[in-house]
Amino acid sequence: MTRPILIRGGRVIDPSRNSDGIADVYLQDGKVVSVGRNIVGEDGAQIIDATGRVVAPGLIDLHVHLREPGQEDRETVATGAMAAAAGGFTAVCAMPNTDPVLDNQGAIGFVISQAQKAGKARVYPIGTVSLGQNGETLSEFGELVGAGAVAVSDDGRPVMTSHMMRTALEYARTFGIPVADHCEDMSLAHGGSMHEGIVSTRLGLKGIPSAAEEIMVARDIILAELTGGHVHLCHMSTRGSVELIRRAKDKGLKVTAEATPHHFTLTHEACEGYDTNAKMNPPLREAEDREAIRQGLKDGTIDVIATDHAPHHYDAKEREFDEAPNGIVGLETAFGLTMSELVLSGLLTLPELVYRMSTLPARLFRLPGGSLAVGAPADVVILDPAVQWVVEPGAFFSKSRNTPFAGRTLTGRADLTIVRGRVVWDRSGT
Amino acid sequence: MTPRLGKDLTGLESLTAEQIGLILDTAEAFKEVSERPIKKVPALRGKTIVNLFFEASTRTRISFEFAEKRLSADTVNVATGVSSVSKGETLVDTARNLEAMRIDMVVIRHPASGSADFLGKRIRSNVINAGDGKHEHPTQGLLDMLTLRDRFGSLDGLKVAICGDVLHSRVARSNIWGLKKLGAEVAVCGPPSLMPRNVSELGVEVFTRIEDAIGWADALNVLRLQLERMTSGFIPSLREYNRVFGVTRERLERASDTLVVLHPGPMNRGVEIDSDVADGPRSVILPQVTNGVAIRMAVLYLLAGGGPDWQHQGGSE
Repeated sequence: MTRPILIRGGRVIDPSRNSDGIADVYLQDGKVVSVGRNIVGEDGAQIIDATGRVVAPGLIDLHVHLREPGQEDRETVATGAMAAAAGGFTAVCAMPNTDPVLDNQGAIGFVISQAQKAGKARVYPIGTVSLGQNGETLSEFGELVGAGAVAVSDDGRPVMTSHMMRTALEYARTFGIPVADHCEDMSLAHGGSMHEGIVSTRLGLKGIPSAAEEIMVARDIILAELTGGHVHLCHMSTRGSVELIRRAKDKGLKVTAEATPHHFTLTHEACEGYDTNAKMNPPLREAEDREAIRQGLKDGTIDVIATDHAPHHYDAKEREFDEAPNGIVGLETAFGLTMSELVLSGLLTLPELVYRMSTLPARLFRLPGGSLAVGAPADVVILDPAVQWVVEPGAFFSKSRNTPFAGRTLTGRADLTIVRGRVVWDRSGT
Repeated sequence: MTPRLGKDLTGLESLTAEQIGLILDTAEAFKEVSERPIKKVPALRGKTIVNLFFEASTRTRISFEFAEKRLSADTVNVATGVSSVSKGETLVDTARNLEAMRIDMVVIRHPASGSADFLGKRIRSNVINAGDGKHEHPTQGLLDMLTLRDRFGSLDGLKVAICGDVLHSRVARSNIWGLKKLGAEVAVCGPPSLMPRNVSELGVEVFTRIEDAIGWADALNVLRLQLERMTSGFIPSLREYNRVFGVTRERLERASDTLVVLHPGPMNRGVEIDSDVADGPRSVILPQVTNGVAIRMAVLYLLAGGGPDWQHQGGSE
């Protein structure tokens, strides 16, 4: 039995109850027991002074790649879960494009068992849509869900045929799980290594047009309407996609979407000088796209912020741009980037940030957490929203260092993370 | 103050007009070396140069090699087929190993855009880009400019149309940057399926009809059409390409009397250019090749630290 924890004097932000004010939070037996003024804990309770800081339900990331099984040189469930905790996340959803892929209950169970051993952030596996992510045979969603999968996705290898996507959306309704899609028309994107625009023209790199994403977003929206299934659109990057989703939501369709910190922070100009840490898929796009993503997060067209945390080995990124793999790590910079780019600029309030990084992610994938209501799981983060710090990849808990934000000064970071009533990350080291 | 080139020559985009002018003027002085019975000066004696070719090339590799030998440098050629690259070695490891042998310069040709830049940032030796993917081919751009300057005296106000597969062409990009910096007007012409996105933002006119480009231009730089463009669906057939975009004698009848035709080679006769144009009076294709050696001598010499007045410094034999 872990000690009860009393967090005193912080600004408690809980979007699930629409509450925001100075309060104490008392955690016991893995649950939130009370929230209010002048709580007196049991003798022996751990007292944490949160004065001047924010106490919120732990952040939840619906989109990470933990690389285990198969690519443990880049990340493991344990190192990823530790990086998550250090970034203020109490839960992450792990994409199934591992080696072998998470297309059966045994593989799902393995990830869950590795996460339990690690004992840091919770890890919810996402199963594949199709066996081997081959786009041909539907995976056994029932068994995947039974083993602990919270959604299905062929992320990394998009569901190319409309028939497969339709079937997945229909069949997923049986279990009430979303189908998360990486929207990319492979025939248009083929061979591309960055956004198709003036920068790709100058650098002589094959571009991926915005249309490659938008065509699949439109298709998925149409299929969501046809099937009544829940489609979750991963890492949206273009203004056209935001517009399509806005119209779908106006129609009341079950369409949700996420955006990454890098897509609301950077543009394709980051690829200048062939910086492979700016290579990702979907690619960094134009300033107008970045602005549309920001507006989408403000008005709710884009529901949640997710990192698409994609660890890669140093050698793999130390390559010619065409040859380098896509993606960057994101768990340990996500909160700082969101604070710096969206909250300090006045686009989002801090409670809106917590809503889009905790409360709403939990609701969309029906996960525990995202709330400090009495009885909610004791998954809590203490955030310092004002501290300035410099991103030093060498200090990451993630096994990988691939980030375009090295050396950037950010405002805001997680000081202390509690999962199931137990402190899993404490910056002060006490 | 003499403008120097910096450590590497990776492209013309990053050069100033003065730097480009310096290279052209230096090349002008080097032309004469190749006309001597003994074609050699000691300007780079004792320098070691590696020609690192990851892509098949005959003309460019030989041109660099002649330039190096006529400057008395010691040279080694490395081609992908016989190097450890075929054993899976990475570009950066290949380069670092070469550097460990204390070389002075690397001339690199590579299929990946940005590879020369990548190399230049990681080794101390001078790096010269002999063509990187679809990015730049700066010495080709320079030799095209020298050839035009020979013919027209100046590039200022000259109208140059670059015709063909601009999308995949490093020659086109180097020409656009270089020519514009020296005051020329540049147009591109070809099927829209072979035009890069937002190309007009580079400050060029865009034509989709070859007749319009011919009517506009003082010079046509006709790009090679790779056979694979047809198989990968950018154009329907080579035959149709010649009918719609080919530079033919009939089409040139409506051109200005002084219009000249350049081609970076190797030519597909009967596809992008007809033989009677390639071999006709408007063609400056062979002078381009001759100028290529002088341009490469100039670039090697300037990067090695030579000043513009090489004859006074290095002396001639």
